[in-house]
Amino acid sequence: MIVLRAAVLVVLALAAAACTSEVGSGTGDDGAARKTARPVYGDTLIEALLGDIQGLIPNITSDSASHTIGDLIYSGLVKRDGSLRLVGDLAESWTVSRDCRNMTFQLKKNAKWHDGRPFTADDVVFTYQAMVNPKTPTAYKEDFKAVESIEAVDAHTVRVRYARPYAKALQSWSTTMLPRHLLESYVTEGRLREAPQNRESPVGTGPYRFKEWRTGEKVVLTANRDYYDTGPYLSRLVYRIIPSQATIFLELKAKGIDSSSTLTALQYKRQTDYPAFRRAYQKFRYPSSAYTYFGFNLKDPRFADKRVRQAFAYAISKQELIEGVRLGLGREATGPYKPGTWVYNPNVKRYPHDLERARQLLAEAGWREKNGDGLLVKDGKPFTFTLMTNQGNDERKKIAELIQASLRELGVGVDIRILEWASFIKEYIKKRRFEAIVLGWGIGLDPDQYEIWHSSKTGPDDLNHISYANPEVDEMLERGRSSCFEDERKKYYDRLQEILAEDQPIVFLYFPDALPVVATRVYGVVESPNGIGFNFTEWFVPRSLQRYTAG
Amino acid sequence: MFWYVLRRVLIAVPLLLGITFISFLVIHLAPGDPVDFHTGDLSPDSSAQAKQMLRKQYGLDKPLPVQYWNWLIRLARLDFGRSFAPDGRPVLQKIGERLPITLMLNVIEMAIILLFAVPIGVLSATRQYSRFDKATTVFVFMGFATPDFWFALLLILLFAVHLGWLPASGLRDINWEYLSFWKRHWDFLSHLILPIGVATFGGLAGFSRYMRQSMLEVVRQDYIQSARAKGLAERAVIGKHALRNAMLPIVTILGLSLPGLIGGSVIIETIFSIPGLGQLGFESVLARDYPTVLALFTVSAVLTLIGILISDLLLAVVDPRIAFGRRQQ
Repeated sequence: MIVLRAAVLVVLALAAAACTSEVGSGTGDDGAARKTARPVYGDTLIEALLGDIQGLIPNITSDSASHTIGDLIYSGLVKRDGSLRLVGDLAESWTVSRDCRNMTFQLKKNAKWHDGRPFTADDVVFTYQAMVNPKTPTAYKEDFKAVESIEAVDAHTVRVRYARPYAKALQSWSTTMLPRHLLESYVTEGRLREAPQNRESPVGTGPYRFKEWRTGEKVVLTANRDYYDTGPYLSRLVYRIIPSQATIFLELKAKGIDSSSTLTALQYKRQTDYPAFRRAYQKFRYPSSAYTYFGFNLKDPRFADKRVRQAFAYAISKQELIEGVRLGLGREATGPYKPGTWVYNPNVKRYPHDLERARQLLAEAGWREKNGDGLLVKDGKPFTFTLMTNQGNDERKKIAELIQASLRELGVGVDIRILEWASFIKEYIKKRRFEAIVLGWGIGLDPDQYEIWHSSKTGPDDLNHISYANPEVDEMLERGRSSCFEDERKKYYDRLQEILAEDQPIVFLYFPDALPVVATRVYGVVESPNGIGFNFTEWFVPRSLQRYTAG
Repeated sequence: MFWYVLRRVLIAVPLLLGITFISFLVIHLAPGDPVDFHTGDLSPDSSAQAKQMLRKQYGLDKPLPVQYWNWLIRLARLDFGRSFAPDGRPVLQKIGERLPITLMLNVIEMAIILLFAVPIGVLSATRQYSRFDKATTVFVFMGFATPDFWFALLLILLFAVHLGWLPASGLRDINWEYLSFWKRHWDFLSHLILPIGVATFGGLAGFSRYMRQSMLEVVRQDYIQSARAKGLAERAVIGKHALRNAMLPIVTILGLSLPGLIGGSVIIETIFSIPGLGQLGFESVLARDYPTVLALFTVSAVLTLIGILISDLLLAVVDPRIAFGRRQQ
């Protein structure tokens, strides 16, 4: 007892300290100065990564940390701007033939590898060869398998031909380009992963050069003064690897790092809402490219009935869910596309919170009587199922609990099971041994979602876990991915969203907001539909506010 | 002595085989697949063929006994293979670069613990039920009962965020390269204070309680009585006669903590973002990185066996009643 009380006293003392003293003064500035300030070179930006990077060649890694670093060292032919449009990066311009099958890129003539060699059309051809080489351990082969032929017409012209129209063709050329003169032998031998360029000496064409990688500790990059585009102004970038979200948050408060995108809703909304923090950091908020859903195993006869799924959609109040789980920091999902993007269709069937309607739909589906426990019964069996989700994600756990409470009101019993990620995926998802799940999907920038909804994608390693099959959806997906004209594709995807909203193969819950913060001294940070990172090379710190001189 | 050691080493070989076999089985039976982690597990971009290809490349398509045999053959050449993690680096290299920091933290931590635990144990035994005894008992059990992660976060909040005296996490300042010689050392040291503090506080209980218990038993022995009877000063009785005997169990426990020296605490390493072996082991288990997990298992099994052997041998050194081999006859 004494032990306990002493411990409690320590907490109280520290909590009191937390309320009274706030260190740091932040930087004084006003909006006008921010907009008119001229960019200058210098300073260091310190960011936190939750996990270590896996390698320095992003083409053969699939974790987000490696891509964060890789996208600064390398560049692709095209990239997305703030409004998510594809614009030239290493490519000066391009033309697409009317049948969508031929594409010709004109490359920038002033682009150089970090070792001084010029970047040429030959490197583009090499990158293609590396990606399709069966020995290359990459997860991004599919895009390049669609290519029928590729040819370097001259040093700065590349012509690509596709066997059939492929909607993601242009986007696929945002893949980071690799240097033939350094990596060719590794690719042929299938040892790309072991190449020194993947570990200590990457050579790219991007705005930053590699300086140092200390395993589990940090990655350091320095500005590439020979960059072919504007900037980069920030002289040095330090990515510290901090595996604990709690520590990242404390480091932010102690001003040990300048930027973070891993704040939880609670930290963002409540725990950073004090003057010193607001002076020291700019906060941003926009919908992230991922949504959370409540999914069913459609092989289960109870969930195969559309009315049951619709009833569940009516029974769950998405607003309440966003409020409860994300403190309001999220947007309602009506389908698998992000609100505010060109492909999003707002005119689909919606499911406002309506318990009466839900009960009625269940009754139509044959769930009328209730047993002694207040559970709905059909053919002598009560309506109960197990709702699974993965361990380590507090949001999903809370969602499961809210769904449990909502469905209980309808007379449906829900048991919650939380499983470790690897075994959850391997033993339950892939083997289809689940009744219902709470999970999320990340969505790409292209609207093609063939892998997730097409009825042919139901194998053990495929992604249509819920075994959804709808011939019209299949058709829309096939048409959508074989056209390269946005307005035409929009028609197919609009229809796709209508069917999905009607069918509710899963209940689309919400798109959580991305909640990054960046130190106030950094100017030029702009929030856009594409987040804040798209114009990173234009970020700068005015001379008077620069904090680090070394590097 | 030599023959004794040799015999022990020979016995250790089948034992080690058994340990590796069970470890191998356990990690392979755990559901999940290392391949999933390469291709971004549920990434829509990864194809089924790519996964099949990786499985083949890693030999995961072969039956388990074959996989184990191949692993043993390589082990015999001290080749732990390449990690299944997407970095694909040699396992020994991965362990090697994380070993120094973990070893250093643990050795310092162990030294500080002993430095405090032995006197605490001795004093609370010789003054059993005194105020000092009760106070230290409460103190060390508080350390034992306080969750590491919570205590660590509170210390960071106090010393790094509010007072600003110490860095919150990491091992070096980001401008470390540009610091002067002495500042570098201070900087490194200042990064270690909090993690070592947390670990020491949590570890005091074990050793000090063993020490107290063992001392309590010894001071009741007849030879302590006779030492006192012949008029020796209390200092000499406790410091010379009692302490030496009371240390015997501590030596055994020390030997057994040898594998712990490379174990590393996942929680402390994660919170303070120290790239040590604890983190590596934890990540490897989550990612089902079989070669790395098995290498860590094997190394710690070998160290445990060596630790037991060393502590047995040390006992012979400190305790004249124990002797090996021919001296007995």
